[in-house]
Amino acid sequence: MDCERALALLPAYLDGELDLVTALELEAHLGTCDACAREYAAQRDLQGLLAGQRAELVAAPPPALEQRLRARLRQSAGLRPAPQPFFRPWGAAAAVLLVVALFALGVFLLSRGAYPGQESVVAQEVEVAHVRSLLPGHLTDVVSSDQHTVKPWFDGKLDFSPPVLDLSAQGFPLAGGRLEYIDGHPAAALVYLRNKHVINLLVWPSTASPGPLQLSSVNGYHLFQWRQGAMEFWAASDLETAELRAFVELIQQGAK
Amino acid sequence: MSKESQDLQRFENMVLPHLTSCYNLAHWIMGNPQDAEDMVQEAALRAYQYFAGFQGGNTRAWLLTIVRNTCYTALRQQRGQGVFVELDEELAEGERPSSSPELSLQQRADHRMVRRALENLPTEYRELIVLRELEGLSYKEIAGVAGIPLGTVMSRLARARQQLRACLVHLSAEEYPHGL
Repeated sequence: MDCERALALLPAYLDGELDLVTALELEAHLGTCDACAREYAAQRDLQGLLAGQRAELVAAPPPALEQRLRARLRQSAGLRPAPQPFFRPWGAAAAVLLVVALFALGVFLLSRGAYPGQESVVAQEVEVAHVRSLLPGHLTDVVSSDQHTVKPWFDGKLDFSPPVLDLSAQGFPLAGGRLEYIDGHPAAALVYLRNKHVINLLVWPSTASPGPLQLSSVNGYHLFQWRQGAMEFWAASDLETAELRAFVELIQQGAK
Repeated sequence: MSKESQDLQRFENMVLPHLTSCYNLAHWIMGNPQDAEDMVQEAALRAYQYFAGFQGGNTRAWLLTIVRNTCYTALRQQRGQGVFVELDEELAEGERPSSSPELSLQQRADHRMVRRALENLPTEYRELIVLRELEGLSYKEIAGVAGIPLGTVMSRLARARQQLRACLVHLSAEEYPHGL
């Protein structure tokens, strides 16, 4: 074995990646060659340093990462959040009592007409659609920041033409569009961006009378809903409410 | 338990034990904790999407591959295509740092110094050091994760270590100008 080959093999030798025969040949060479032996010692020194420092060098995730990740996975799977450990210290009996009490409360409220009814079911669907869209490759069927490309894309795919506005000057660039299906309606999803946040604007035709702006929150996402010009609008995002409202107002103005 | 719920549970059980490895790699590629977390989240969602097609086997290597690719995609978007300097893989004569016996790095370099030296490496070199030294992957596993041939793993890792050593020698000379 010559020095050139020996030097080339040193890293693999240190990592235990050489077959036995080659390793023995290398060791034989190191026994007779001072220059290579010195290089071997220097490389072993670095290995030793890195091995010794390993614990300090490994980047530890923040403690909440696992929790946040679980929650995110649950959302993307379309599942309701995992039951909180809240009940465990209470014991089974207390939990049963609580459930009975809530049921009774629910019946009471139902009799008083306090339930929002169909609206909250649609909100759930909108939220699920929004979260699914955040999966890689699911955000847009047509990718374009140009309203003149996105708007006609819906022709022939939907039997209505959604309003597609250019809000890039106001800091809400259009990212594209895709088709959705909400509450039994084929819907247009217009995707806008604000910094790194996604806004899904879902639109479908509605015969209901124009309604005021409603804000709801599902799994931490903010949803604005309103009716305007024979269309139902939902804007969903993890943006904070004030910014999302600013977006909504721009749409309301532009869609008149 | 619904099927979706069962699938998710199975996925979590397989994946969460490797969360630290995933975060570690993402952290050293992206260079900051916030991006590292974002990358891990995105990679996990992607992994969940691909989970149905995962045949089993080396879960950690599979996950690290997804994390790595997610990171590099993000880096390209952040910095634009032109930033990745072609690595000079050729071993140039006379570039190897001197192996003088007095400079024992184990005695002179603490983890702050090693961290600095690692941060100074080009991303592709740093990635290999992390996969080999911190995650303990075999050359074959590294080849799979990084998407490069085995021979390239060996030569690139050798270069990465040379650069790392040269940087540490330089840094420790700054700390100990008159020797230890």
